[in-house]
Amino acid sequence: MEVLAYLIPISLFLGGVGLVAFVYTVRSNQYDDPEGDARRILSDEWDDRPKP
Amino acid sequence: MTTQLTSGTAACPGCIASPAEPVQPIPQDAQIALSLPGIHCSACIATVERELNAHPGVEDARVNLTLKRAMVKASRDLRAADLIPVLESAGFEAHELDPGSLSATQADRAGRDLLMRLAVAGFASMNVMLLSVSVWSGASDATRDMFHWISAAIALPAIAFSARPFFINAWSALRVKRLNMDVPIVLAILLALVTSLWETALSGAHAYFDAALTLTFFLLAGRYLDYRTRDAARSAAEELTALEVPRAIRLVDDTEEEVAVATLAVGDLILVRPGGRMPVDGEIVLGRSEIDRSLLTGETLPVFAQAGLAVSAGEVNLTGPLTIRATAVGEDTSLHRMADLVAIAESGRSRYTSLADKAAKLYAPGVHILSALSFLGWYIYSGDIRTALNIAAAVLIITCPCALGLAVPAVTTAASGRLFRKGMLIKHATALERLAEVDTVVFDKTGTLTSGTPELTNLSDHSRADLEVALALAEASSHPLSVALTKAAREAGIKPVTLKDVTEVPGYGTEGSWRGQRVRLGRAAWTGAQEGDQTGAWLSVAGQAPVCFQYTDSLRPGAAEAVQAFRDAGKEVMLISGDTQGAVQALAEKLGIEQWVARALPQDKAARVQELSDQGRHVLMVGDGLNDTAALAAAHVSISPASALDAARVASDIVLLGNDLAPIADACDTAVKATKRIRENFRIATVYNIIAVPLAVAGLATPLIAALAMSTSSITVSLNALRLR
Repeated sequence: MEVLAYLIPISLFLGGVGLVAFVYTVRSNQYDDPEGDARRILSDEWDDRPKP
Repeated sequence: MTTQLTSGTAACPGCIASPAEPVQPIPQDAQIALSLPGIHCSACIATVERELNAHPGVEDARVNLTLKRAMVKASRDLRAADLIPVLESAGFEAHELDPGSLSATQADRAGRDLLMRLAVAGFASMNVMLLSVSVWSGASDATRDMFHWISAAIALPAIAFSARPFFINAWSALRVKRLNMDVPIVLAILLALVTSLWETALSGAHAYFDAALTLTFFLLAGRYLDYRTRDAARSAAEELTALEVPRAIRLVDDTEEEVAVATLAVGDLILVRPGGRMPVDGEIVLGRSEIDRSLLTGETLPVFAQAGLAVSAGEVNLTGPLTIRATAVGEDTSLHRMADLVAIAESGRSRYTSLADKAAKLYAPGVHILSALSFLGWYIYSGDIRTALNIAAAVLIITCPCALGLAVPAVTTAASGRLFRKGMLIKHATALERLAEVDTVVFDKTGTLTSGTPELTNLSDHSRADLEVALALAEASSHPLSVALTKAAREAGIKPVTLKDVTEVPGYGTEGSWRGQRVRLGRAAWTGAQEGDQTGAWLSVAGQAPVCFQYTDSLRPGAAEAVQAFRDAGKEVMLISGDTQGAVQALAEKLGIEQWVARALPQDKAARVQELSDQGRHVLMVGDGLNDTAALAAAHVSISPASALDAARVASDIVLLGNDLAPIADACDTAVKATKRIRENFRIATVYNIIAVPLAVAGLATPLIAALAMSTSSITVSLNALRLR
C-alpha cells in the first residue's frame, strides 16, 4: 500500500495540470471563435513561419 | 429590410432610447467592427484578413467566423466606410457595427466565470470520485480515513470556490425571507460537508464529499447551459443593435461633419439625407420632402414636410435632403418619452412565476420538513445526534434538486437552439413557458403583418397611355411609391414614353413635359386632385382629370400562414393599428381577422392589451413600432421582427430574425412541446425521489446509492430534453 503515497499525489498533480491548462485556454480567449479556429488550420498562410 | 438596417447615414434614435448597457468609450486605437454575413470557410478568412491588412492604416485585422465578424485595429482617422468597399470589391458583403453596442467583453466575463467554476467542480469531483470508488470497493481503516481526509482537502476549497453562485443566490433569497431552489441546494452541500467532516474525524464509514461535489458540478452545468442559451440570443440581438450606428451629420458653417448622435446639442443644424432617420426632435429649417412616420404612429401615408414642420426622432426622411434644427436631444426626445411608456406599463413577465420557481415553492419546504422530521425521528428513536444528523444529510442530498436544476435549462437550451435555426431569438428565460400559454394573439399592422413596402393595386384600371407616362415619371424617382409603380408597370410589359425636362420636386413628386404638355406624378394636391384615405399617387396630364394609382402595403411573407395557423389552433387573433380605418379594414378582411381596431394611439394599444390580460387572457403581442412598445411590454409574451425599432426589440421577449412571419406559429408549437418536456422532467425527478427518499429516511442510503441516484436522474432528464430537437 506504500505505493499510494506516490500514486495519489501523482494523480492529483496530473489532474491539476489539466485544470491549469484549461484555465489558461479560457483566459487567453481560445474559445472565442471555435468555428474559425477549426478552419484556420486548413489555411497554409503561416505554414513556413509563425504569424508575427 | 437590410437596406433599412444598414443605410449608412441612418442614425438610430432607438439606441439612445434603449435602456441597454451603457455605451463604453471606444478604445484609443480605434477599433472598427464589421459584420460579414457572407463568410463561411477558411479561404474567406484568409482573403478578408489579407485584404484588410493590406489597406493603409490598418494595424491588425482578425476575423471571427463563429460571430461572422471582423475586428480591425486601425489608426484613428480610418473609418469603417473606407474598409467596406475594399471588402465588397473582394466579394464580401460587409456592414459597419457600432463597437459601443458590442459589450462582448462584459458578458464574456460572466460566462467565463461560470465556466471556470464548472471546470474546478468537474476536476475536484472526478478526483474525489476516484478516491470514493476505492472506499466503496473495500478500503478500510486507516486507508479509508486517509482517503476521506484527502477528499476533504480537495472538496472544501473546491466547493468554496465553485458553489459561490449558489451561496450568493441563497443568501439574497433568505435575506428577504424567501425560499428559492438555491436554499435547499446550499443547505444540502453545507450539511453534507459538515457531517462528512465529522464522520471523517471519528473514522466513520460514510462520507459524502463526492456527492457534494457532483451535485455542484451538475447544477453548474445546468446554469452554464442556461447562460449559453441566453448569451447566444443576447449577442445576436446586440448585433442587430450594433448594425445601426448612431451617427448624424452636423452642419457647422456650411461644412458637413459626421458626429455621434450622443454629442448633438439643442440648436445644432443637422442634415438628414433621403432614407435617413431623424436622430433628434427638431424643426425643419430647409428643404422639402416627405417623411414616413409609420414606426412611430403606424400610419403608412407619408407626410409632406417643409420648413417649419416639427419632426420627431425616429421618423424616416423619404425624398429630399432636410436640414433640421434640434429642439430636443437624447433623453428629451419624444421617442425616448414614448419608450418610457414601456417602463410604466406593467410588464407581463414580472407577473409570471416560472415553472422552476413553482417547483421550488413546492419542493424547498417539503425537503426541509422531510429532512428535519427524519432528524427528529431518528434522534428520538436512537438518541444519537450523530446518526440523526447523518440521516438528515442523506435525505437532503438524495432529494437534492440535481435533476430539477437541469430539468428547465436542458429543455430551454434544446428548444431555443431549434427555434434559433428557424430564425427566432429567445431573449428571455421564461419566454418559452409564457408562449406556451398564449390564447390571444394581437398583431400590429404596419411593419409587422405588412412589410412596409408599398404595392400597386389598381394597375389594370389605367389606360396604356397613362401607364406609359406614369412609368416614365416614376423611373426618375427613388420614392418608394415610384419604385413600386415602376416594378409593377415593368412586370406588365409597359414601355415608358420619352419625356423632356424631368425633375423631381422633393415633397411633391416628379414632373416633366410630354409632347409639349406638362405631366405630373405625385401628391394629390399638387396634381389638382382630392386627398384620399388610401395611399396613392396621382398622375395629371394637362387637359385631363388626374388619375389615382392606389397602393397597399404588401403583406409580409408568411403573414397569412401565421394568422391561419393561429386561428386553426383555436387562438383569437386581433389587429390593432395606428393606421387609417380603410387600410386596417382592408388588411383584416384579406387575412380573415374579425376583430380589428384602427387609429389606435400607443396608450390605446397598451390599454387594450392590459384589458385582455385583466380578463384572464394570455396575450401574445407581435409588433415592431415605437407605438407598440408599451403594448409589447404589457403583453404576456411579445415578439418583434428584426426590422423593428431598437426600443421595440428591447421590450420584446423574442426577436424574429428573418423576413418570414410563419415561424411564429411554429414557435408556439415548440413552446408547448418544451413545456410538456419540462413537466415530464419534473415528474422523472419526482419518481427518483419517491424511490430514493424512503431508503434515505430508513437510514439505508449509502454515498454510493446517493451518487447513483443523482447521476442517473440527471442523465435521464438531459436525454429527455434532447428528444425535443
